[in-house]
Amino acid sequence: MSRSRGRRLGAFVFLSPGLTYLLVLMLVPLVLVLGTSFFQRGRFGGVVYEFTTENFGRLVDPLYLGVLGDSVRIAVLTTLLALLIGYPTAYLIARLPRKWKTVALVAIVLPFWTNFIIRIYAWIMLLNGPGLVNSGLKLLGLGPYELLYNDGAIVVGLLYSYLPLMVLPLYAAIERLDPQLREASANLGASAFTTFRKVTLPLTVPGVLTGSLFVFVPSFGNFVIPEMLGGSKSIMVGNLIRNQFLKARDWPFGSTLALALIAVLVVLLVAQAWAARRG
Amino acid sequence: MGRGRLLYVPFWAAYAFLYLPIAVLVVMSFNSGDSAYTLDGFSLKWYGELAADERIRDGLVNTLIVATGSTAIATVLGTMLAVGLARHTRSKTLDAVALMPAVLPDLVLAIGLLVFYGVIQLTLGLYSVVLAHGLFAMAFVAAVVRTRLAGADTSLEEASRDLGAGPVATFMRITLPQLVPGIVAGALLAFTLSLDEFVIAYFTIGNSEQTLPIVIYSMIRFGVTPKINALAAILLLVSFTAVIAGQRLTRIGESRAQD
Amino acid sequence: MSRTRFTRRLPVAVTAAGLALAVAACGGESSTSSAGANPAAADELKPNADLSKQTLQVTVWDGYIPKELPQMVKEKLKVQDLKIALHETNEIAMTKLTAPGDSGIDVAFVSGQYAQALNEMGLLEPIHPELIPNLANLYPEATQLSYDKGNKYSVPYTWGTTGICYRTDLVKAKPTSWNDILKPAPWAEKKVTMMTTERWLALPALKALGYSVNTDKDDEIAKAKDLLMAQKPHLLTYDDTTFGDKLVAGESVMAEAWDGWCPTTDPKGNIGFVVPKEGSDLWVDTMVIMKSSKNKEAAHALINYILDPEVHSWAAANINYKVPNKAAMERVKIPKGSLLGVKPADLLDGEAIIDLGQASTKFSRLSEEVTAG
Repeated sequence: MSRSRGRRLGAFVFLSPGLTYLLVLMLVPLVLVLGTSFFQRGRFGGVVYEFTTENFGRLVDPLYLGVLGDSVRIAVLTTLLALLIGYPTAYLIARLPRKWKTVALVAIVLPFWTNFIIRIYAWIMLLNGPGLVNSGLKLLGLGPYELLYNDGAIVVGLLYSYLPLMVLPLYAAIERLDPQLREASANLGASAFTTFRKVTLPLTVPGVLTGSLFVFVPSFGNFVIPEMLGGSKSIMVGNLIRNQFLKARDWPFGSTLALALIAVLVVLLVAQAWAARRG
Repeated sequence: MGRGRLLYVPFWAAYAFLYLPIAVLVVMSFNSGDSAYTLDGFSLKWYGELAADERIRDGLVNTLIVATGSTAIATVLGTMLAVGLARHTRSKTLDAVALMPAVLPDLVLAIGLLVFYGVIQLTLGLYSVVLAHGLFAMAFVAAVVRTRLAGADTSLEEASRDLGAGPVATFMRITLPQLVPGIVAGALLAFTLSLDEFVIAYFTIGNSEQTLPIVIYSMIRFGVTPKINALAAILLLVSFTAVIAGQRLTRIGESRAQD
Repeated sequence: MSRTRFTRRLPVAVTAAGLALAVAACGGESSTSSAGANPAAADELKPNADLSKQTLQVTVWDGYIPKELPQMVKEKLKVQDLKIALHETNEIAMTKLTAPGDSGIDVAFVSGQYAQALNEMGLLEPIHPELIPNLANLYPEATQLSYDKGNKYSVPYTWGTTGICYRTDLVKAKPTSWNDILKPAPWAEKKVTMMTTERWLALPALKALGYSVNTDKDDEIAKAKDLLMAQKPHLLTYDDTTFGDKLVAGESVMAEAWDGWCPTTDPKGNIGFVVPKEGSDLWVDTMVIMKSSKNKEAAHALINYILDPEVHSWAAANINYKVPNKAAMERVKIPKGSLLGVKPADLLDGEAIIDLGQASTKFSRLSEEVTAG
């Protein structure tokens, strides 16, 4: 009896400060965003508290659905490229000698420690018309190409920013693999590729899923990278949301767009959980 | 073995990809001209201009204030939350709620807070960013401390409780000392994340303050200046030193632990 | 109550509390947000107020006022402090100034039509001319601007027009029409930039079609949209802030630009500016005092100080912007290639942009649709 009371007291003492914080600064704001999406914008911005579902009607306008679709496409492409580069990288790091392993891992994370925006800015210098990539290509007698202000530039920026988030969980998953499994497979006469396909890959699926999620989520909701590298010519759903709040001053529609973003992510999370259970 | 060697192509490509822009930033920071594309000669003048830039200095101070404040909040609340979740409840829902700020896109948190601060008519300032950063940092601290808790020995805690100590006394004397490495790691993570956070700060900061990432963003918005390159080089140097120092410290810590 | 029940109930309680708070907040808000259609009445201000007790917060575009201004103002006016916040665009300034809660800003720099909108929302303090004797330095034309005749709630800081800024050495033909930028010739393909700020994005298209920049007719705005959508694939990018850098670097050859931001005085001397034959606008960037300011005497003193010919001429001499201050312009040496020599009377050929009330959202929508599409 006294122990269970102690437990309840403990739960209250330890959980209530943090949960109150979460309640006030996360859950209430999210409910407010949901609420705002059913109201109207005022003439000069602000919110007029009259119920409407107009914002959701606007959402299915092909214009906005198109941006939502583009955002999914860009984020998926980024994730696939990150997987394509990140998997072999993580695989090789996991097989390096211990000393080099640490160096290789630190080297993956280190660029992460300069400012996020400066890293994007470096890509402007690299990709623009008179930039370094075009200068390099010129030496080879190629170009100049339009490398900046398009979807490709956005993908490069996103990939650059979030590649480490793919490599780290993959490394963790591959590292945990028992090398004896691979050896057994090889001893049974399987080729390296078959071993990879039948043993390594299935066992690292959780790492693949986690890494993909880590890359997809920040890519999908990004507005800084599309703004800097897409030049408002190619935009993503994050730019739309940002613009509703900080340019067009249409908070209700901005809130509706944010809900759409959350909805896509929820669908994705459910799919991921389903895939993880099957895998 | 040829196929194995093929794997090294994406491996080295990944590192080249990660370091090419960094190399460009560092090299161009020593440019004597003010073009962003052509290297005219060697000069340290951009470092001088950087040191004289008040906006950058103010931004750095504000960033440190925000990071310190939010780390303090996040460390205390995150640790308590982790202990509460690990020891006092088995609720999966609460687990998920506690992790949510780390999983939600920053933009969603940012506009949620903007709407919320608007509804309660809060005048924005640095503290509104401290509160916002404290939120997601708390989730990271809680996650890191929980991993540590999962590995901790619970028998001591049980013994303490059996001997009649209350939950708070048990926590202070038994649990907390075991958690210190996890708490320090969590706090460091919180601090680093806050230092570089842009989106939430951009939406929730007052009109008269700017954090360093916001200063950098608006400088770039208004034109290319090689001062930014110098700043990048310095930040890189600082984090490189921090990483090496951190490595040394953990190695010393590990060897002590083994003694 | 068992432990599990305690924790299971929590999320329910959390959601309920959140909903309650949201509803309460929304209910309480409705009166404040729908109000404010009337300009505010003037406050009683004391001409001899003790400024050393007042602190000023100003929001302004980056680089638009002298860096030393805070120091100068503190010394000359003896105000306690002057803090500068920066905004990138008018829209961002509007977001700051119209957000619920006290913005904490005393003086804001915004373009004329936005000053008009702020005034209609009741957010501006009327200007007390007796506290700004330097208003006498303004050109007579600058006191009769259509968004605010008689400077009742705003004081002009700079003025100018919008046109095409171009590289004289890289264009195959000197631009003369908005169509040169809207339908770029093959040599200008993907070497043209446009501004996205709502009214200025529409301006080239509206003028090329022969419409008013202040149109609120849906069919005219729709035709402008078609033109802008057709232009989009031929643009390098949209750029409101660094189009000058892109021209200097040779990334672009033509840009829609405000005259002051077109770097015509670049040492290489290869940048020109032209007002297209279809006509353009007259824009004015103004200083306004917020109704919520608690330092209104100091705010007036600041504006008066800025209108001092020596201080005001800084903008013309250093950032190439024409100032509507006769006494200040007479002090300025006009460099070669500069557009500062344009006379006020010629400037007034441009159509002044005014706020369109509810119809202004049509331009927000246009800007959004063009950039999203």
